[in-house]
Amino acid sequence: MSLDQAVAGQAPPDTSAGAAALAEEGAPAGPPPELSRVVPVSGRRRSVPRWLRRTVGPVALLVLWQMLSATGALHEDILASPGTIAATGAGLISDGTLPSAMVVSLQRVAVGLVLGGVAGVALALVSGLSRLGEDLVDATVQMLRSIPWVGMIPLFIVWLGIGEAPKIALIALGVAFHLYLNVYAGIRGVDAQLVEAGTSLGLGRWGLIRHVVLPGALPGAMTGLRYSLATAWLALVFGEQVNADDGLGFLMNQAREFFRTDVIVVCLVVYAILGLLADFLVRALERLLLQWRPTFTGR
Amino acid sequence: MATDIHRTVTPETADGAGAAVRVAGLVRSFDGRAVIDDLELTLRPGEFVALLGRSGCGKSTLLRVLAGLDREIEGEVLVPRRKAVAFQAPRLMPWKKVWRNVLLGLPGRPDRGTAVAALEEVGLGHRADAWPKTLSGGEAQRASLARALVREPDLLLLDEPFGALDALTRIKAQRLVADLWQQRGCAVLLVTHDVDEALLLADRALVMEDGRIAYGTTVDLPRPRDISDPGFTALRARLLGRLGVAGAEEQEQGQETAGPTVAH
Repeated sequence: MSLDQAVAGQAPPDTSAGAAALAEEGAPAGPPPELSRVVPVSGRRRSVPRWLRRTVGPVALLVLWQMLSATGALHEDILASPGTIAATGAGLISDGTLPSAMVVSLQRVAVGLVLGGVAGVALALVSGLSRLGEDLVDATVQMLRSIPWVGMIPLFIVWLGIGEAPKIALIALGVAFHLYLNVYAGIRGVDAQLVEAGTSLGLGRWGLIRHVVLPGALPGAMTGLRYSLATAWLALVFGEQVNADDGLGFLMNQAREFFRTDVIVVCLVVYAILGLLADFLVRALERLLLQWRPTFTGR
Repeated sequence: MATDIHRTVTPETADGAGAAVRVAGLVRSFDGRAVIDDLELTLRPGEFVALLGRSGCGKSTLLRVLAGLDREIEGEVLVPRRKAVAFQAPRLMPWKKVWRNVLLGLPGRPDRGTAVAALEEVGLGHRADAWPKTLSGGEAQRASLARALVREPDLLLLDEPFGALDALTRIKAQRLVADLWQQRGCAVLLVTHDVDEALLLADRALVMEDGRIAYGTTVDLPRPRDISDPGFTALRARLLGRLGVAGAEEQEQGQETAGPTVAH
């Protein structure tokens, strides 16, 4: 563009002649504006699919790590190389240690999630749907929420011993708070105009709850589910560091005593993969249940 | 057109006495200020009544009282058991497909066919399976109308249902309402601030002021109505005068509707 202008500047007679010609035709303006092409979106569609683009970052990180280990910059006792970790992982899977530990840990998360989920959603319904329930439940839950739930571990051990119960209780606690907060906020965030429309259509109290309030609270509930899944994994890690004799945490503790950083990383990777998998499931659930939502989904 | 068809319908009013709506001594106060003050109103079965008034005069409050949405009232209000409301915003449940929205709250177990039939009446049969977010403003408002009509109301309450529509869509929607009313023969109360709209549709136009019906006139014009009809323009001038819009502002009103300006 600047080039064009420079050329025009060098050749003043041309432009003035053009302007004069235009003026003769009755148009008052000078030279016509420079036009630029509006490129259609389909024209710049990338050939690389989105999921592939998203894997570039993690893969680059892995390559860097392997290179640092291979050059000796990263010692085996500090952090094992990806290659060693992969071999160790394969070994742990083939001798059955890892699968059985995963089953135990997954069971803890599942039971904790169900118990905490039921408690959290039930309390949220009680305080979200009625003023009385709000007065009785909400203040209490908000107060308890200010206690860091990880700090409850010693108390849970005193109350429940060192078996499965304190670990599951810890997971359930973390899950319940997150679900409570988000479901409650979701219920209270339902558009009053829609509730009024429902009333005018003849819906009773239960009809309103079923057809208007609960579907309206669903986006909040899904957010709560995602948070509470993340919390569940965190609680699992904390819980399994304490007096576990099986599960992923036990495997990690054992590895620590023998400086097996490869086993520790294998367990961390498994935690991460399970967490990702859970998140993926919730996303799929959201796509299914919230397809009605008229929200921006990114370009 | 056959304007007398709807007159023959007998409504199932709880307290019959030949009226579709009977309101006496109605008072509704907000923080001690009476928005509706000792209001009297009677609608005949099958009558189309437009309720005009300046904004904040209480006309929407009256509609909400008649709909049973506002019950902090004094006085006597008799309305048919079967009544339906169409609001200014369509208020469709975004999580229900259009046909489920239409059936929402209907007693018994109505099937999809009932909803599709109602949607076809408003020209939306092909959008029965759409999500509300994919409807245009006019389509959503028609779906809302179908949802009201599927209840086969004896009283249809319309709260500025065309207010949010663009000018062209509004004209179509007004015609649709006029046609549906002549087929159904239910009593209609249309709350609006648009005098032309009131005169195009209604048998009777009421003006609300200071919490009561301050003025009422029958709209005795042949249907379908034409805004350039001299009788129409005379009535409009009279109503605009009652609404406190006169002189220069009246001209503005005339320009807006592209109708001739009336000088009195």
